[in-house]
Amino acid sequence: MNRSPLHDRHLALGARIVPFAGWEMPIQYQGIVAEHQAVRNAVGIFDISHMGEFEVEGPGALNWLNGLLTNDLAALAVGEGQYTLLLNENGGVIDDLIAYRTGEERYFLVVNAARIDQNREWMLAHPGEGVTFHDRSAELGAFAVQGPKAIAVWHEIEPGAGVMPAHNRISELGQVILCGTGYTGEEGFEFFAPVEEIGGWWDRFVAAGAIPCGLGARDTLRLEKCFPLNGNDLDEVHTPIEAGLGFFVKLDKPGGFIGRDSLESQKEEGIPTRLSAIRLLDKAPPLRHGYEVLAANGSGKVAELTSGSLSPGLGLGVGLAYLPSEMSRPGTELLIAIRDKTYPAKVVKKPFV
Amino acid sequence: MNVPDHLLYCDSHEWIDPTTPEAAPVGVSDHAQEELTDVVYLELPAVGRIVKKGEAFAVIESVKAANDIYAPASGEVVAVNEALVESPESVNTDPYGAGWMVKIRLSDPAELSGLKNAESYREFLS
Repeated sequence: MNRSPLHDRHLALGARIVPFAGWEMPIQYQGIVAEHQAVRNAVGIFDISHMGEFEVEGPGALNWLNGLLTNDLAALAVGEGQYTLLLNENGGVIDDLIAYRTGEERYFLVVNAARIDQNREWMLAHPGEGVTFHDRSAELGAFAVQGPKAIAVWHEIEPGAGVMPAHNRISELGQVILCGTGYTGEEGFEFFAPVEEIGGWWDRFVAAGAIPCGLGARDTLRLEKCFPLNGNDLDEVHTPIEAGLGFFVKLDKPGGFIGRDSLESQKEEGIPTRLSAIRLLDKAPPLRHGYEVLAANGSGKVAELTSGSLSPGLGLGVGLAYLPSEMSRPGTELLIAIRDKTYPAKVVKKPFV
Repeated sequence: MNVPDHLLYCDSHEWIDPTTPEAAPVGVSDHAQEELTDVVYLELPAVGRIVKKGEAFAVIESVKAANDIYAPASGEVVAVNEALVESPESVNTDPYGAGWMVKIRLSDPAELSGLKNAESYREFLS
C-alpha cells in the first residue's frame, strides 16, 4: 500500500484513512457533508498525491499522443490543456486524463491513480519515434484547492506570484506546477510539487483557511456535477460516446487514434446505452453503486448504478447508470431497488447541481 | 466519549435502556455516531415486529455507507421514533436522547446479562 507524502499530516488532522487505488488515503476529516459545503461555499483542499503524472517530450510527441488520445492536442497552445481519453482497440476507456502542452514539444499528463500502470504499459506498447516518456508519479506530490475562495487563498500565500492559471491552463513556478482544473465543478487548481516540498505548501494553504477534505466529499462533489469516475462510470466496455463524452472525441483529426473506428460506427448507428443522471423523487435512502435500476412499468431490471450517493446540495439520492438509449431521455421514470423495496426515480438533465 | 452509566451496550455499539423493560429504548452509542458521521437516513422496523437478539432489524445510512443495526435483546417493537425520518441528524447530535430509534418490549430480560455495562463498554472502546 502506498502512502502519500501528506500522510502524517492527515493523521494529525484526525482523518479517517481508507485504502483507495492501492493508496492509504483520507476519506474524511470532520465529515463529508461539512467538507462538501466548504468547497461549494468557501475553499477546500484535497490530497491528490495518488494521481499519476507523465511527461512526454520530443519532436514526435504531438503525433504520438494524438494517435493514442481522443481529443486533438494540435488545438493546444503552449500553456493550455484539455480533458481527453485513452481507449483500447474497441473504443473502451483505459483512462480519462488531462493533457497539458507545457512547451513547443513537451506535454504533461495527469492520469488516475488506479490506472497509472495500465496507462504507462499501454502507451509504451505503442511506441513512437522521437519521443521520450517519463513517469513522474513517484516524484511528485499533489493537492487540489477547490472552491469560490481558492484563488483568494493563493494570493494570500503568494501575493507576488501572478495570475492563477485560468480553466484548463497550466503554469510552472520553479518546481511547482499549477493547473486550472479540479473535480468538483468549482473554481480552483491542482498543485504539483516534489514530494519533499508538497507538505510545506499544504501547511501554508491550510493555515490560510483551506479546509482539508477527503475522498468522500470529492465523490459527492464530482457526482453532483456528473463528472465520471473511472472504474465506476467509465470502463473498458463502454465507449466515451456512451459515457456522454463525445465532445472530447475528435473523430476527424488527422491520423485518427486507437479505438476510433468503433466510435465512428456508434456515431452512425447509434449507441446501445447512455450514461444517464438519475435522481430519486422523494426522501429515500442514498443511492449506492450497484443498486438495480428497474423500468417503471414493471418489466424488470434495465441497468445497475455505476455511481450513487446522497447529493448534499439536493438532499436526495443521485446516481449514474448506463441506461438503454431509449430510456435515457430526461423525464423518463424509473424505479430503484434498495434492499427489499423500490423507490421512484427519474432521468434528469446533467449536471444534478 | 459519552457513555451514560445507566445504559447497556452491545459490541456492535447499540445501547438499550434496561430500566423500562416493557418499552426499552434502543439507539446507537456516541462512539457509533462519531464513526458513522453525517447520518442521513434511517430504515426502521414497523411497530409490532418481533425481533430476536442479534438480528439486523434496522439500517442506518451515512453519506458514504449503509450499516445494519442489531437488536440488543429479543422482543416486540412497541414504538418507533418517527421524528428521525425528518431529522436523522438527531442520531449525531443526541444519540442517547432524541436519537433513540425504537422501543422494545423485552421477551426475555435475562438476555441483558450478556451486554456490557458502561464501565466495560468504556474499556472496550479504549
